[in-house]
This record gives sequence, C-alpha cells and structure tokens, in this order.
Amino acid sequence: MMFAQLLPPLLRGAEITAQITLASTLLGALFAFAAGIGKLSRHRALRWPAVGYIEVFRGTSLLVQLFWLFFALPIIGISLSPLSAGILGLSLNIGAYGAEVVRGALQATARGQREAARALNFTPRQTLWRILLPQALPEMMPPFGNLAVQNLKDSALVSLITLADLTYQAQNLRNITLQTVPILTATLLLYFAMALVLTAAMRWLERRVRYAAGHER
Amino acid sequence: MNPAVRFRQVTKRFGDLTVLEQFDFEVAQGEIVTLIGASGSGKSTVLRILMTLEELQDGEVEIEGEPLWHERKGGRTVAASEQHLRRMRKKVGMVFQQFNLFPHMSVLRNITEAPIHVLQLPRAEAETRARELLRLVGLEEKADAFPEQLSGGQQQRVAIARALAMRPRVLLFDEPTSALDPEMVGEVLNVIRQVAGEHELTMILVTHEMNFAREISDRVCFFDQGRILEQGPPEQIFTAPREERTREFLRTVLPDSGRT
Ligand SMILES: Nc1ncnc2c1ncn2[C@@H]1O[C@H](COP(=O)(O)OP(=O)(O)O)[C@@H](O)[C@H]1O
Ligand SMILES: [Mg+2]
Repeated sequence: MMFAQLLPPLLRGAEITAQITLASTLLGALFAFAAGIGKLSRHRALRWPAVGYIEVFRGTSLLVQLFWLFFALPIIGISLSPLSAGILGLSLNIGAYGAEVVRGALQATARGQREAARALNFTPRQTLWRILLPQALPEMMPPFGNLAVQNLKDSALVSLITLADLTYQAQNLRNITLQTVPILTATLLLYFAMALVLTAAMRWLERRVRYAAGHER
Repeated sequence: MNPAVRFRQVTKRFGDLTVLEQFDFEVAQGEIVTLIGASGSGKSTVLRILMTLEELQDGEVEIEGEPLWHERKGGRTVAASEQHLRRMRKKVGMVFQQFNLFPHMSVLRNITEAPIHVLQLPRAEAETRARELLRLVGLEEKADAFPEQLSGGQQQRVAIARALAMRPRVLLFDEPTSALDPEMVGEVLNVIRQVAGEHELTMILVTHEMNFAREISDRVCFFDQGRILEQGPPEQIFTAPREERTREFLRTVLPDSGRT
C-alpha cells in the first residue's frame, strides 16, 4: 500500500480529531470560567462545587474519566454516544485545568483595582465583569493556548472509547497493512500540523482579546 | 449638625497587631483635616475603614450620624449588611496613592462608568458631568486618552475627577502625591486646592506635603502609634507643637526648618 492510499483514512481521522478538539476546547473554556469564577465566590454554594469539580478532574486520569463516562454511565442509566462522551470527558478535564488559569489571572489583577471598584461602589458582580475580567482575560490567553494544544494531544485517548479519530485510524491501518513506520510518521506530522494551526489560531485570538480589552491601541 | 465623620472607641487589629485601640476621632461637615505622622502610625487604616476597605474589630464609626459598620434591625444593632454598606459608601470617595485608574478604559469611561452603572445616571448626563470635571482638573483634551498615555500627575487628576463624579459627601486622599515625580506634585496639589475651594466637601487627607497641609487644612492631626497625639490648627501644630514627638517628627520631615 502506498502513502497516497494511507492518507485518506488518516485525514478522515484527523478531521474527527479536529472536531472534538475544537468542541471540547470551547466547552472546556465554559467550564473553566464557571469553575474559576465560582472558586473565588464569597458564596459557599458556588465555591464548594467549583473546588470539588476542579480537584476531582485534575486529580484523576483522563482515560479513567473517559471510560467512566462511556462505560459506567450507561449502567446507571445515561448513555452517551462515543462522540458526546469524548467531547464531554475532554472538556471537563481541560476545564478543570483552565479553571485554575482563570482563578489565577483574576487573583493577579492588582488589589488596587478591586479597592478602586469598591470605593466607586460597584457591586461584586459589576467589579468582576467590568473591571477584573477585561483586565485578566488577555493574561489568560497564553496559558489557554497551551491548554488547547494539550487538549489536542490528549484527544488521542478517545480512540479507546471507539471514536474513529486520527489515532484510531492509525492503529486500524497498522493492523491491516503492517506499514508501521509510514503510518505513524504521517500521524505524528498530522498532529504536529494541527498543533501549529491551533497555536496560530490562539495567537490571533489573543491579539483580538487584547485589542477588545483596550490593551493595544 | 451631626459630624461628617465620627470614630468612637474603634479598635482595629491585623492578626496580633493592634493598629487602633479605642480610637476617637471627629470631623465636622465641610472641615478639611490633614493626618500627618510617621509611616505605620495608622493614618491609612483610618481612611480605609471609612472607605469600607478594612473592617473594624470593636467600636463604632458614623458618617453624618449614621453607623457605617452597623445597622439597626428590629431594635437591635447588628453588623452591616452589604446593602447597608453600599448605601453608606455612596457618601464617601477616595483618591489612592497609586491612582488605581482602570487601565482598560478611556479617561472619560473611567469617570462615567460608576455614575452610569452604580448611580444609574443617563449616559449623556454622566458624560457632560465628566467633561465638566475634566475641565476642573485641567484635562479636557484627554477625555479619549487611556491611563497609560498620561503622566502620573495627570492620572491622579483623573482619579480625583472620577471620585468627584460620584458626588461624595466626604472625600479621602491617601498620600495623593507620594507616587509622583517631584515636578508633578504641584499640579495635583493645585487641583486638590481647587476642589477644596469649589465643593462643599468634607476632606480628610494623609500627606507628607507639610506646606500644603499647613495652607489647606482647618485642622492637623499628628498620629503616633495609632493615636492622635496632638491636633489643632495648622499654625499651632507647625509653629508651636506641644509634644516632643510632634517636634521630632516635624524636624525629620522639614529638615531645613525647625519652625517654618
Ligand atoms: N493588610 C494589613 N495586614 C497587616 N498589617 C497591616 C495591614 N495594613 C496595615 N498594616 C499595619 O498596620 C499599621 C498601620 O498601617 P497604616 O495605617 O498603613 O499606616 P500609615 O498609613 O500611617 O503609614 C502598620 O504597622 C502596618 O504595617
Ligand atoms: Mg499610609
């Protein structure tokens, strides 16, 4: 089998990998903001669930989380498709790490900003949305970029819950053709290319965020 | 008339460190009071309690006769709720040593943001008023600039305009010129002078600018280890201090003039 014949199935797998990476990164960002902000809340009812979520998902293996969502959850009555389970597992995992980024960036905003907001009688919620987040958001973007690339690489694990992503296709082809070196080389290069695109996209997003937040004029 | 500010037997601790102990202090409405004293003597703490940036451990603080850190509920005095604090905070404004302008907002938005979103003023009204205040501090043409494009002195003038835009009854200044290059101190002091002249405000200032304190204050309070050791009209404090500690302090801050 020639390289040209190996490529189409690998590309089909790469497409799935790109889709789940994109979807889980976006959904993960949502979890990250919810838990990161929740962890800083004055209200226990918000703080404790946020802390619990972050600790559980950072403290356990992604593979086990995926297995749990895909194999254990159906037994207690909730069946997820491989795609849903894969996206949910990845986003919950990356969201827990992202939450620490959100929390850190918010806490790093100068104390003086919080005090000025208090002196002007903003509510805590207004302070968060109008004063702190716009300043913290640009600072979150580089670590978010790293997490997105991490997420792309982690997504290979979804091949173990029967999702036909790039890694799954590579393994499959290897079993059929036994052409291990070209297949795995092409796979590496495809992951690397996707990482480059993702990094560039995150840089672009960072510039947009900085501009929107008024940091670059 | 109730005093603008009254501290009654206030105790403030940071962990094991007692900064204020059974501290009493009063400021009349419209009075301009300057707090002087060595670093660490508790001056900022007094301002920060008034701005609700620091809680107190014991005693009472009143603003225009109303308790700041307490409220009465069903005949009992209880710790102030967030709503009560927000209502009381309306009466107080503060200018910080480090300006603390919002770096992601234009000068105009720095000044209008709170009037629009906290006082619920219509945007047009808030902007008209902000431009008037910018004229007062001499920075009309900087409305669209961002803080980082301004000098320290200009930033502090904007911060004064921002505080005034909330129409406080009591305005606090915590070393407003200490973070400035020497050549910018004058412009900020001029603005404070003008504010003092044009607005019916009660002002409490912490400053190391002794000549300015002498000129602007109705009363000067010398702080020593969390107590007001001596207070009086500026002429008396600066020319005839009664306490040895006061004399010593004035000697260190006015090195070339034992008695100016
Ligand atoms: N947040 C804080 N935590 C612990 N100690 C503090 C804090 N703020 C102030 N202090 C201490 O309280 C004392 C009084 O401080 P401060 O009111 O800032 O003095 P001043 O403004 O006169 O220099 C100092 O000893 C200072 O170190
Ligand atoms: Mg101080």
